[in-house]
Amino acid sequence: MSAAPAVPRAVLADRPPAPPLWRLLASRIVTLCLAEWLKVRHDRTELYTRAIQPVLWLLIFGETFNRLRAIPTGNHPYLDYLAPGIMAQSALFISIFFGIQIIWERDAGVLAKLMATPTPRAALVAGKAFASSIRAVSQVVIVLVLCAILRLGLNWNPLHLLAAIVIVVIGSAFFTMLSVSLAGLVLKRDRLMGIGQAITMPLFFGSNALYPVHLMPAWLQAVTVVNPLSYEVDGLRGVLLGTPANLWLDCGVLIVALGIGITTASALLPRLTR
Amino acid sequence: MSEASLAIECRNLVQVFGTTRALDGVSLSVEHGEIFGLLGPNGAGKTTTIRILTTLLPPMEGMALVEGLDVRRDAMAVRRLLGYVPQQLSADATLSGYENIWLYARLYDVPRADRRRRIEEALTMMGLTEAADRLVATYSGGMVRRLELAQALVNRPSVLILDEPTVGLDPVARAGVWERVRALQAETGMTVLLTTHYMEEADALCQRIAVMHHGQVRAVGTPDGLKAGLGPTATLEDVFRHFTGDLLEEQGSIRDVRGTRRTARRLG
Repeated sequence: MSAAPAVPRAVLADRPPAPPLWRLLASRIVTLCLAEWLKVRHDRTELYTRAIQPVLWLLIFGETFNRLRAIPTGNHPYLDYLAPGIMAQSALFISIFFGIQIIWERDAGVLAKLMATPTPRAALVAGKAFASSIRAVSQVVIVLVLCAILRLGLNWNPLHLLAAIVIVVIGSAFFTMLSVSLAGLVLKRDRLMGIGQAITMPLFFGSNALYPVHLMPAWLQAVTVVNPLSYEVDGLRGVLLGTPANLWLDCGVLIVALGIGITTASALLPRLTR
Repeated sequence: MSEASLAIECRNLVQVFGTTRALDGVSLSVEHGEIFGLLGPNGAGKTTTIRILTTLLPPMEGMALVEGLDVRRDAMAVRRLLGYVPQQLSADATLSGYENIWLYARLYDVPRADRRRRIEEALTMMGLTEAADRLVATYSGGMVRRLELAQALVNRPSVLILDEPTVGLDPVARAGVWERVRALQAETGMTVLLTTHYMEEADALCQRIAVMHHGQVRAVGTPDGLKAGLGPTATLEDVFRHFTGDLLEEQGSIRDVRGTRRTARRLG
């Protein structure tokens, strides 16, 4: 049998007490966001390639429909109207495929290792939700730069820009949770890829991102009411264009959706490591 | 912290996946400061045991204690005591070595004032100080394994759990990992539980081993004791063969094999 070790378990003695739950939650969210930020800094190619799609939407689709004047958007040129929609869309496209990264992390043992740390499930998934928002925010910044180059009539007040970023962060945190929940259900990368592709377009077209809701047939209007993306776009238009928006309702819906998303994702996440 | 008499204790663990009894009444006792090996073919239940001990999988029946704490009831407290290195290469290739350890220092609530020192300590112990600022994508397989050990160490765990620590490594890298684990154990006195299906690894590294087969512990003892039990010239391979039946009988699902191959491939 083993003899007494040279250093008799001093390892146990100086262990600090566990922090309270709220600090644990805040600390994990900050930690996972910082780690994501470091990853983005080390490899920026993804940022650039991801920027191509919103640029095409604004420059080709937006410019064309701007000239056609086919879509009545009130006092705002169509391009201005479209810009917040494209911001929300490009953030959505990043978040909705985040589950693939989670499945990859499961396959690489990273998820098991993260889940074996003293991190409550909810803190882990909330951390992941906001970490993925870091990439979404980078998209928003790119779209904003493009808007500035195109001299769009957005409200450039820094407070309004900050509010827009907060709305995108909450919105894409929700879509990340949707993706992680789906990952916990389907457990396989290719299946999640298929589901992601199947739902992004309906989410996008079934929202007010491209056109005002009142132009849609009644059944599609019903879809936009239950589609969180509509509330995200509505909020973004409110702060960036000054269109009449119910900001409290928009933020309220997004925050409640995020809460439900975090709860669902924390319940489904352990399925991935079983 | 109350002093538990055993570092790890499993009593009658049962785990059923579908129709397979992955664990069929596993009982184990690991003493403080031991390097203890779970030896067995693929599908013997080694990884399932580890998933229970790391609180990732609540046991269906039976109980498991780490330092006297119940993995089901006191999961968070158990996690604070553990260092865990999974079978796959789990370091983040898109971060530097330092950042990889930093991430786990934060996830284990290492106080800010101690963080830098503890990270540097872990890097030094694993011989990675020079490579600390390089992206892990540029590391060799052996270096990634040592980095993962450093990640697990930054928490100063009292129990270190290693799942197949040298799978896919070349002999030099493997000997390197053994040497670090031994030095680490001697220096800190921590308990090490590892799984392996390599006979020579169990022989070289472990003070005691448990031979597992079909979700059961078939034999427990020191490598020498187990060999002596079979005869004066018996090798550990004979012990393995004796307790697990024909060595050529194939165990494990395609998923195990695929996982192992993937790890081996990434190790290059």
